[in-house]
Amino acid sequence: MLEIKNLYVKAGGHEILKGVNLRVNAGEVHSIMGPNGSGKSTLAQVLAGRETYEVTGGEVIYEGKNLLEMAPEERAREGVFMAFQYPVEIPGVGSAQFLKAALNAIRKARGLEELDAMEFLTLVKQRIKVLGMDEKLLHRSVNEGFSGGEKKRGEIFQMALLEPRLCIMDETDSGLDIDALKIVAKGVNGLRSPERAIIVVTHYQRLLDYIVPDYVHVLVDGRIVRSGGKELALELEEKGYARFEGGAGAAAPARR
Amino acid sequence: MSTPIDMIESLVSKEYKWGFVTDIEQDIVPRGLNEDVIRLISAKKEEPEWLLEWRLKAYRHWLTMKEPTWHNVHYPPIDYQNISYYAAPKEKLQSLDEVDPELLRTFEKLGIPLGEQKQLAGVAVDAVFDSVSVATTFKEKLAELGIIFCAFSEAAQRHPELVRKYLGSVVPYTDNFFATLNSAVFTDGSFCYIPKGVRCPMELSTYFRINAESTGQFERTLIIAEPGSYVSYLEGCTAPMRDENQLHAAVVELIAHDDARIKYSTIQNWYPGDKNGKGGIYNFVTKRGKCLGRNSHISWTQVETGSAITWKYPGCMLVGDNSVGEFYSVALTNNRQQADTGTKMIHIGKNTRSTIVSKGISAGYGQNTYRGMVKILKGAAGARNYTQCDSLLIGDKCGAHTFPYIEVKNSTARMEHEASTSKIGDDQIFYCNQRGISKEDAVNLIVNGFCKEVFRELPMEFAVEAQKLLGVSLEGSVG
Repeated sequence: MLEIKNLYVKAGGHEILKGVNLRVNAGEVHSIMGPNGSGKSTLAQVLAGRETYEVTGGEVIYEGKNLLEMAPEERAREGVFMAFQYPVEIPGVGSAQFLKAALNAIRKARGLEELDAMEFLTLVKQRIKVLGMDEKLLHRSVNEGFSGGEKKRGEIFQMALLEPRLCIMDETDSGLDIDALKIVAKGVNGLRSPERAIIVVTHYQRLLDYIVPDYVHVLVDGRIVRSGGKELALELEEKGYARFEGGAGAAAPARR
Repeated sequence: MSTPIDMIESLVSKEYKWGFVTDIEQDIVPRGLNEDVIRLISAKKEEPEWLLEWRLKAYRHWLTMKEPTWHNVHYPPIDYQNISYYAAPKEKLQSLDEVDPELLRTFEKLGIPLGEQKQLAGVAVDAVFDSVSVATTFKEKLAELGIIFCAFSEAAQRHPELVRKYLGSVVPYTDNFFATLNSAVFTDGSFCYIPKGVRCPMELSTYFRINAESTGQFERTLIIAEPGSYVSYLEGCTAPMRDENQLHAAVVELIAHDDARIKYSTIQNWYPGDKNGKGGIYNFVTKRGKCLGRNSHISWTQVETGSAITWKYPGCMLVGDNSVGEFYSVALTNNRQQADTGTKMIHIGKNTRSTIVSKGISAGYGQNTYRGMVKILKGAAGARNYTQCDSLLIGDKCGAHTFPYIEVKNSTARMEHEASTSKIGDDQIFYCNQRGISKEDAVNLIVNGFCKEVFRELPMEFAVEAQKLLGVSLEGSVG
């Protein structure tokens, strides 16, 4: 579904990604771990289409299309979803109204009929219960006054509502307590399907106890230096990133 | 694939779609201002002698006045001798059948069909083209209820007692430089009179269209609501795209008697000038409502998206006990527009109440200034005011400024003032993008959310127009 080939990305004059190679197939859950500054969030944001990052080399193919040439809203309509690390607040814009606009934009792109207000509310009320979130949050403006945990759960709720093909989770676990973590994991696990691919970008191993990945990749200094199965995460937890840092010239090939 | 910058550039060059010029034979008085011009205007309108005298008094007073300079808007000096003060279609119009079809087509293009079959149901329209009222729909139907809705010039001829009684009672001809100028050279506007206990069954509206070049438009509107009556009135305006600036200095006076209610809404979309600030209308307007009677109620709702420079403070004088004044405004400045606008609420009677909700949106290099005055006089026991003044900045080259003036001379008054400034950031747009929402839709969502409270106050038909207008005016503002 997703193929990242030798991706080089610059931001603020600095080269952050220095030749990232990764292949993700439908039905798989991949985790990308790495120390601070390794470029994890950059990778997530570039896949989502954030313009502040400059791609200086390589390519990204998503479902046979050149992803880097697509505007962020186009990518979203093609099924790319990113759960933000810091979901932004949009005062004045009701959550329900926002979600309806998003869902209908995506449905339209899929050739489905747009939902009217009643249909939408019914759908949303069903789904929000599954995530154990309070219906009242729908009456608030987007993310306004939400606690950190509510924001992150909100991201997962949106993901569940929009039913994307490729889910990218940018450090979703940062700032979450264990209970919130479990709810988030439950939501994500509920979305696993043979048609869907999930990329979990995380700093800590803990989340991966709940969202068990099929593959783990270690991103250090802008390159994936090692790939493995879920045991790799436990190994990192034990031994840290130190042995991968500083001149990891022998970049391990992307698995498969 | 075009970059976001390319997309925005192409949107910005989209034209102000009301910018066309109507090719029609017009009677235009040569430029310049002197007593002869005023006599000429008065003669063309066949006005009674007392009205001409009033104009001349105002003109002579104007000559002694100095143009104010305290405003927070900048414009090159206006040459008052280089403006034509009267322009009208050549044919004298008696009925709709005689109206030049080109004129009818113009208004139809603007969404205001005047022909019998196509008239907007539920809305009576007085169409003003440059210096004259071209047609007024549903006049007879309203007359059956005792409601007078006609051009001001017609009212001066047919209902002189009413005009004489109320003209200048809310905005005296000495009030301010532009109101005085207007009092001397005003051309046409609307006159509405709602008799006792009558609830006007339809929206009354006036649509102002400037067409001729080098002219100024000076309209005068007077609305009188007798005890227990109700009227909802809407004003709309557009003008052609021209390189030079044109002056629009209007005066609107509203009078509400006991238990009467006047709702005055404006959707102002004068040509705002091009993106470099060339051309555009100067909108310097004096609008005031007098809540004369007990329990009277006047509310101003405005959506200002056009004009190069907007300078206006619709206000209310709360004379009657328990009277209520309201002001809801959305003012947009984009590209090089400037606005110095706000309201004045003067509490005079007892237990009066005023509400001010002002939303300023600045984009491009737009400069938006809110100037609000709340004055509680000594005898205004139990007065209450709520003011909410919010600014939204789009991009980083625009500005929002707030100058609240609060003067309280009665210790039982209660005032609440809230203000906020926010920005539409790239982060917010990107968040919307990542959820499949386009840039334009994202800006619209955010701006509409911001303006919700004001749009709610507009008559239903016009709320949709206002939202669309805001969307069009904001195109290309994010980048």
